[in-house]
Amino acid sequence: MKLKKNIATSESGFIFNPATGDSFSANPLAADILARVKDGQDAAAIKADILEHYDVAPGQLEKDWDDLLAQLREFNLLD
Amino acid sequence: MSRVSRLTSHVSINPVLLPPTRPRLTVAVTGLNATDSPGPGVAVIRALRETVDFDLRIIGLSYEALEPGIYLRELVDKTYQLPYPTAGTAALLERLQYIREQEDVAVLIPNFDAELFNFIKLAPQLQALGIHTFLPTLAQLEARDKLNLPAFGTTHGLRVPASQALYNLAGIGAAAEALGWPLVLKGRYYDAAVVHSLAQAEQAFGRLSGQWGVPLIAQQFVAGQEINIAGLGDGHGRALSVVPMRKLTITDKGKAWAGITLEDEALLALARCFAEATKWRGGFELEIMRTTADELFIMEINPRFPAWIYLTAAAGQNQPAALLRLALGLPVPMMEEYAVGKMFVRYAWDLITDYTAFQEVAALGEL
Repeated sequence: MKLKKNIATSESGFIFNPATGDSFSANPLAADILARVKDGQDAAAIKADILEHYDVAPGQLEKDWDDLLAQLREFNLLD
Repeated sequence: MSRVSRLTSHVSINPVLLPPTRPRLTVAVTGLNATDSPGPGVAVIRALRETVDFDLRIIGLSYEALEPGIYLRELVDKTYQLPYPTAGTAALLERLQYIREQEDVAVLIPNFDAELFNFIKLAPQLQALGIHTFLPTLAQLEARDKLNLPAFGTTHGLRVPASQALYNLAGIGAAAEALGWPLVLKGRYYDAAVVHSLAQAEQAFGRLSGQWGVPLIAQQFVAGQEINIAGLGDGHGRALSVVPMRKLTITDKGKAWAGITLEDEALLALARCFAEATKWRGGFELEIMRTTADELFIMEINPRFPAWIYLTAAAGQNQPAALLRLALGLPVPMMEEYAVGKMFVRYAWDLITDYTAFQEVAALGEL
């Protein structure tokens, strides 16, 4: 997963695409994931951390991860 | 206290730094109708007021007595009414000569499509009166006319929607056959309707032709994201400033009620290409549609600043102030940087005035 380089994110979960003017609101976990992605962490490391800190089965995490990816792609936020 | 000592007591030994005095300049501006389908005048004046170059006296030029800008006294120092554009250049020149006798107008900035023809025709006479303008040429004005947009696109290699002139109801069927449904019907200067059937088209034709006359323009419908670009051409092929904006809230008349500046090199390149191809002189607005395939269509070219022009000043590129310098023959550097994500949110505000002020405008034609 690689966010477009000009996408602005904030701790509050607000996401802004300056190329289109679109803005989105992410829940705390999605905001945390996006912040880590922007910091350059890879997907495997982020997922491992989520599995360690949240009560979620690996299968469910993969499903939710794919869902997040699909949304980011649909909203034109990924490179 | 003696006379001498009193005088002495007024001599201060404290050094005083006075701000440099800016030269006084009188500028006349039209388009004071800050209504729900706003003219750009009030926004242009607001931007001009932020110039550091001059101490401005602003003369409003209005067509109707209830144009809100007339009563914005903190922005407009004095207003004179003008004859409608249909009265022709002689009536306009006569009125401007009168205004020039009252006011030391150095620059005039027209802001309506419908009045531009007259002002461009009169530019030499205005120059003789000491009134500077910075306007497109008549050829440029004609070339970007909605009626000529397809030829304009072909000539300059710019992507524009297919369109054709529509002179009567009988032409709708052929236009729909050529351009497909839905169809966009546009008034010559303002207003448009998206129609999905012959019945809707006939109804829209009646409304638009009744208001704006014929021909209307039947245009291919292009789906996508609407983006507007405000620019300033130097007349030699350079766009000195380009600021793209996406409408965030749109009124039922299709006007932006909120918007945000964008960062997109393709949009900047398109506007620069337009200025280079046309050698555009003055302010302009490109109405763009970005399709899902990322194609940029120029839907319309407005030969003047848009009503949201103050956003360019707020974002760091004060286009009206730059145009003022161009009109006076002063250099204007290329403006590159602007704040991305700068937003405007328009609002309605009830100005309070007295009937006496309204009476002066209505009866005497000035306030």
